[in-house]
Amino acid sequence: MNINWEHILTIFIASTLINNFVFSRYLGLCIFFGVTKRMETAVGMSFTFTAVMLIGAALNWVIYEYVMIPFHLGFLKIVIFIGVVAAFVQAADTIMKKMAPALYYKLGIYLALIVTNCIILAVPLINADEHYSLFESMALAVGSGLGFSLALIIMASIREKLELADVPKSFQGLPISFVLTGLIALAFLGFSGMITL
Amino acid sequence: MYEQLAHILIQAFSHALSIFANKLAPLVGVGGSVETLEKVPWDYVAYGIVFLAVLGVVFGIALAIVAARFVVKTDPRVEKVRDVLPGANCGACGFAGCMGYAEAVVGNPDVAVNLCAPGKSSVAEQVAEITGKKAEKVEPKIARVFCQGGTSLSQRKFIYTGVMDCTAAVLAAGGDKSCEYGCLGYATCMRACPFGAITMSADNLPLISKEKCTACGKCVAACPKQVIELALMSKAVVISCHSRDKGLDVKKKCQVGCIACGICVRTCPADAIKIDNNLARIDHAKCIVCGLCVRKCPTKAIHDYIPVRPKAFIDPAKCDGLDVCGKVCPVSAISGEPRSAHVVNQDTCIGCGMCEARCPRKAISMVKAASGAVDKKPAKKQEPVTV
Repeated sequence: MNINWEHILTIFIASTLINNFVFSRYLGLCIFFGVTKRMETAVGMSFTFTAVMLIGAALNWVIYEYVMIPFHLGFLKIVIFIGVVAAFVQAADTIMKKMAPALYYKLGIYLALIVTNCIILAVPLINADEHYSLFESMALAVGSGLGFSLALIIMASIREKLELADVPKSFQGLPISFVLTGLIALAFLGFSGMITL
Repeated sequence: MYEQLAHILIQAFSHALSIFANKLAPLVGVGGSVETLEKVPWDYVAYGIVFLAVLGVVFGIALAIVAARFVVKTDPRVEKVRDVLPGANCGACGFAGCMGYAEAVVGNPDVAVNLCAPGKSSVAEQVAEITGKKAEKVEPKIARVFCQGGTSLSQRKFIYTGVMDCTAAVLAAGGDKSCEYGCLGYATCMRACPFGAITMSADNLPLISKEKCTACGKCVAACPKQVIELALMSKAVVISCHSRDKGLDVKKKCQVGCIACGICVRTCPADAIKIDNNLARIDHAKCIVCGLCVRKCPTKAIHDYIPVRPKAFIDPAKCDGLDVCGKVCPVSAISGEPRSAHVVNQDTCIGCGMCEARCPRKAISMVKAASGAVDKKPAKKQEPVTV
């Protein structure tokens, strides 16, 4: 099997920084604002999210490549991808509860949130549209997961400091978080054009 | 062989589907992001239906197997206990959240049922009922503020204009208050309280609501000056000062601080007050909540949380005139001839309850003053805590 490492690295870096899902594509904002109030939840979410993304992308790639393309079922990909991720997350949830209860109580609550997240769906959809190989798909998944983790951790560390700041009343809570996100997105804009895929 | 059979079946299915669908909606085309085709590819539709059906069945069976294989047996009592608990996840019980306590109290016979501070005794009884353990009576506690020196009564070292939060203010040379033991008044405790029991007075001191406070201890942990402590609600007389400065220094910094003069120690009939390190402390195990020290304290550093004290009444039918009460009364409010019924002077009685405790005939009862009765207590400059 011929693996183009250069392309894989490009995809990885591009998805982490340049096309960061939160700051460049504005996806996954509900979880982004939901769990970044505290660093602890942000870190827990980052780990869970990256793991689910990686396994979900691999599963979806196999199904897409070996079942959906031969049978010309590309038009069903949104439905199928959501179903596959949901089934996988549900199974993981049940298994984790039995095998690793400590991990389950730490990360279990995030699993249910993740199922319907748009980044989780976007990654296999991009993989399918770009006709990535298995390794390229996984590079995109890990890169996007790391990019999302980066976004969560940056945001959580700022919002923890924000607790002590004297925010005008009308901006308190979500509004100032949106302003912050915009500012960070501006910073991430600096990465654009570094790599063209 | 099987492949051919499957192919024939799919073809037949798609043919039937096309006949049916063309009758139902003859002009159905393709749309969306799918590339335009001249006619509907019915075999793809058939594949799609079959694929989705197979996928659904496979996932369903897989999830069912997983659920059966990795079943976790939970005690139904855990759920019941969790439903009974207040759900504040305050951690006052010492476990990680209400669910953690519910599991511990059901699973571990050594875990007591009365650990939930916000739930008080009613929750303890319900938990005891579910788990079959014995409920011990919990004496209700409340958070008490050990500082009365609001902005009007205390001095400031400098003008603080930083972040309006005690944890931030304390970083600037220990806060702007001259007294290093006092409440800074930037309401960190108010924000920490999950029950909304704390409000800030006009003098920037926390007021703790007796009804709402559950003694969960969040404010105690939040206060960077350790001004708030949990205390038994029944012990309503509190020396509201934490200053270990020398008396003269206290006077310079605050009008209502404890100057360790020792008057309360000499006044206390129960010998419950001790001065240690320039600060008087009440031993609540000995305190009889008589309130005498409150009256005698020259700086009004001792606070009585009973808003209106009851007055003593002597039942003339039971009184033998032994004059035990007359000797014990600290304000000489009881008078009467020996061997005849005694009378309590309602104006001088301070409601300490010592005569009631001592009367051998149980002739004295403490009665809440009727409305309109004059409260002889001197009007305070400020009420630090509403009760």
